[in-house]
Amino acid sequence: MCGAKEGGLSLDGVNVAKEAVIQGQVLRSGDEPVANAYVRLLDRSGEFTAEVPTSATGHFRFFAGDGEWTLRTLAPKAEPVDTRVVAATGSVAEVQVLVTA
Amino acid sequence: MSRENSLVTAQWVEDNLDTDGVVLIEVDEDTTAYDKGHIRGAIKLDWTTDLQDQVRRDFVNKAQFEALLSERGVSNDDTVVLYGGNNNWFAAYAYWYFKLYGHQDVKLLDGGRKKWELDSRELTDELPTRATTSYTAQEQDPSIRAFRDEVVAAIGTQNLVDVRSPDEYAGRLLAPAHLPQEQAQRAGHIPTSVNVPWSKNANDDGTFKSDEELTALYDEVGFDTDKDTIALCRIGERSSLTWFVLTELLGRKNVKNYDGSWTEYGSLVGVPVALGDEPGSADGKGN
Repeated sequence: MCGAKEGGLSLDGVNVAKEAVIQGQVLRSGDEPVANAYVRLLDRSGEFTAEVPTSATGHFRFFAGDGEWTLRTLAPKAEPVDTRVVAATGSVAEVQVLVTA
Repeated sequence: MSRENSLVTAQWVEDNLDTDGVVLIEVDEDTTAYDKGHIRGAIKLDWTTDLQDQVRRDFVNKAQFEALLSERGVSNDDTVVLYGGNNNWFAAYAYWYFKLYGHQDVKLLDGGRKKWELDSRELTDELPTRATTSYTAQEQDPSIRAFRDEVVAAIGTQNLVDVRSPDEYAGRLLAPAHLPQEQAQRAGHIPTSVNVPWSKNANDDGTFKSDEELTALYDEVGFDTDKDTIALCRIGERSSLTWFVLTELLGRKNVKNYDGSWTEYGSLVGVPVALGDEPGSADGKGN
């Protein structure tokens, strides 16, 4: 599964060979999933590309393109968190985002 | 118009949840978002079914719009407050749509659903009931909607503002990364159109930037305030947000939204198309 972590978002139905997937989970206090967080995908120049709300289990997924990206995570009662990530077609970049108040 | 007349804060909405004559309406790109939770009392409009003709590529007509709002319980003198996900893209589209059909008192919730959620304000899955009304719409206001021939005529003469992402504008992508790239039309942009991505209008939390910041944004790209303006994107929803900024927040006159946008223009035969990051010349040469 190309680096998908155990317990990560299921890749059933995703043609990983054709996609540059960035996915992961937003957590608070180490292991508490954050639902209703917003993850923004910013391109290399910092330009907004996409945004998704996290699921009830704190998960999110983007179909990006090859290259460097920044995930900016906004969550209730937390400071925004920026996370750099590299995506490549045919692989899954798994990201864990920890937010703190 | 002004910010005070067209925009309300999340706190204002919370304070007016039970105010008679205030109708909250959620409009999302993800049409299932409302069903998972919405602001108490809010009704839903589905932009794909409620606001689009199901055969032609066009809006529902005046009679259909009247029937829709009557059935949902919206009155002509109600204050309609729109909000949604995706930084209010489709709520701004609905705002423009309500204005197109002449609704007087429409407002956007600043920051939309995201700001509401980031503030940890309450959402519910309880469905409201509203008594039906007899809504009367006006004829469509042609002063805020652009069609393709006016857009072609505007090349090199009016302000054309393309609010898609830089990669879409340059022709490197046909749709935003992450969304389906399903269109088969040509990529690129209308020659002489300038690129001001919609996202530059908003803060990270989805609220609009200040009037001073917004004014500077459009001054920077050389907007000529003496000229008419047409805003476009891919399907006309992100450009509704820019139309809202220019018309309602900055008070610019003669701004139209081109809802045909790139999915129409990029499929026209015989029109000039520019590639790359520069606006290009009016004759479509020298790209």
